[in-house]
Amino acid sequence: MLSTQTRQLRRLTRRDLLKGTTAFGAFVLGSSYVAGAGGAWATEMDALKPETFATLVQMARDIYPHDRIADEYYVAAVKGYDKPEEVDAITAGIDALNDAARNMHELEYADIGWERDRVDVLRSMEDDPFFQRIRGGLVTGLYNQKAVWPVFGYEGESFSKGGYINRGFDDIAWIG
Amino acid sequence: MTAPFELTDDSVVVVIGTGAGGGVLANELAQKGVSVVALEAGGRYLPEDYVNDEWESFGQLAWLDPRTTSGDWRVAKDFSGLPAWIVKAVGGTTTHWAGASIRFQDHEWKALTNYGEVEGASLLDWPIDPREMDDYYDKAEKKLNVTRTNGNPGLPGNNNYKVFEAGAKKLGYTEVHTGRMAINSRDDQDRLMCQQTGFCFQGCKWGAKWSSAYTDIPEGEATGNLEVREKAHVARILHNEAGKVTGVEYFDENGDLQMQKARVVCVAGNSFESPRMLLNSASNMFPNGLANSSDQVGRNYMRHMTGSVYAVFDKPVKMWRGTTMAGIIQDESKHDPSRGFVGGYELETLSLGLPFMAAFLDPGAWGREFTTALDEYENMAGMWIVGEDMPQSTNRVTLNSEVKDQFGLPVANVHFDDHPNDIAMRNHAYDRGTAIYDAVGATRTFPTPPYPSTHNLGTNRMSENPEDGVCNKWGQTHDIANLFISDGSQFTTGAAENPTLTIVALAIRQADHIAGELSAGNI
Repeated sequence: MLSTQTRQLRRLTRRDLLKGTTAFGAFVLGSSYVAGAGGAWATEMDALKPETFATLVQMARDIYPHDRIADEYYVAAVKGYDKPEEVDAITAGIDALNDAARNMHELEYADIGWERDRVDVLRSMEDDPFFQRIRGGLVTGLYNQKAVWPVFGYEGESFSKGGYINRGFDDIAWIG
Repeated sequence: MTAPFELTDDSVVVVIGTGAGGGVLANELAQKGVSVVALEAGGRYLPEDYVNDEWESFGQLAWLDPRTTSGDWRVAKDFSGLPAWIVKAVGGTTTHWAGASIRFQDHEWKALTNYGEVEGASLLDWPIDPREMDDYYDKAEKKLNVTRTNGNPGLPGNNNYKVFEAGAKKLGYTEVHTGRMAINSRDDQDRLMCQQTGFCFQGCKWGAKWSSAYTDIPEGEATGNLEVREKAHVARILHNEAGKVTGVEYFDENGDLQMQKARVVCVAGNSFESPRMLLNSASNMFPNGLANSSDQVGRNYMRHMTGSVYAVFDKPVKMWRGTTMAGIIQDESKHDPSRGFVGGYELETLSLGLPFMAAFLDPGAWGREFTTALDEYENMAGMWIVGEDMPQSTNRVTLNSEVKDQFGLPVANVHFDDHPNDIAMRNHAYDRGTAIYDAVGATRTFPTPPYPSTHNLGTNRMSENPEDGVCNKWGQTHDIANLFISDGSQFTTGAAENPTLTIVALAIRQADHIAGELSAGNI
């Protein structure tokens, strides 16, 4: 549950980040490193504030939630926004998301416990260019990662294996 | 074995585009000894270059030059800069097509006569009798080595087909089979048989599917009469004071403007680029563009009534394995107005890989309603709907002077509104498609909206009367005798069938006509 992790991260970033401490199994080194609880994922920040990025990752999962896809793939899907020329746009977008979250639930976005309540916040801003940009980018950023395809059963490239002519193109057994 | 022709050689036929229309026409003319320069905007990619990866292949093959959209079709909202999923490469969209090769039904050649006037539609009869096409369909089927013709067996049915067929039979459909496909069902014509690889849309790496890129184009080049100039992006078609076309200006691969003289020009750039070229060729003599005294250039854009139905089952299907378009139900393709619409539709299996399924299942959707569907990807089956849509004069390609392409030329804007007949037919097809899958135990179904268009038709249509269309029954423009339309833009109406076989048949027929007219000195 990234929701839990990001809450931990947010507390970290608020209280401890600049001190370079660690807690909850999440490593925070300096002001530019974010790691999920238990070391499930970790990424060095090039430009964004860690708390901004952690919220962006939560937003990505809430837009396209797949419970069998680990956080690291959502991280990879939005890591491209972690660069200097994106800082203003992404920070403004996440700030607006948090403003909406506070208005609706009196919590920052990543502190809202239930997905349905976070989704309410996203619904309130789904016509905003920021939301649409993040959502649109995820269509390729998430689903075009070959590493997630096995989660869906998708087998990808088949030419090098000789196609499926001898590998089950018609192996369905349950249909008449 | 290319035959380099001089830019100043005014004896050549210039064919613009090398797909189902242009590629076949260029070869057929070359076989008859006619000198042909084919100008192709894209590069040359062959089976060894194709990739089994949806987005990577899309980047390699798709026409991605800017276009704009308007109208109430959902594509204008979801894919505003991508009205069509067609190809910019030698071979054109024959690299990407699924391979379905079915003839028009006789009544579809005479849509106005058989359907009657339909409010809001600009229906016409084709100026061609269906019997005139029989021989050319025979030749096209032979060229494409179509399954279930010429003694070719049908392809074996894959998992996706087996679900589709079982559902269809439970509903009592009888015209259900693995299709007439331009995919080898046995090794033939120096091409391998289908290896059930999937990725038909990404270019067939076995060459089992017919594409002009590795059949007609090299055959034409081998005669010494055909030169294909790749990465030659046409800017405009030139004419003389007598109103005859005299040559074609194009940007070569270095971006330099060149001019190839011509005795005859044949336009085959698909239904956006063909009218765009004519409109971009406006002159003092032809201020509304070439061949446009009727104001019909760009109008009556048709894209087939399309849509898809995907369904989830409680057990795996693995629909991506094997031929992408693996079978067809033809029972609904008849004209039966009791269903609440004129014309008919075909149901054909289709699959998308996971990346494209994410993009196209319900564009713009998000949240668990969407992701729980994708979670069941392995258990999905899918079909595509392709039916006759109504031509409307307001559905049209125009120049958008606000947006320029990389050469500074105004781009095509594609305006499309669904006709009420299209909507009624689509709803009927969604209902039937859903029933087919429900009959074999679907736990969830998805009436999926149309993708960016692959069947682009009608924007330079054939007509008996010059005021009703752009070209005559030979594809020869009404206004300019040595200017021809050679692609799907010449379609008067769309019929229910996938258009490639008819485009090819018309190209073979047009080659006979042009060669005859050249010999007779008429053009």
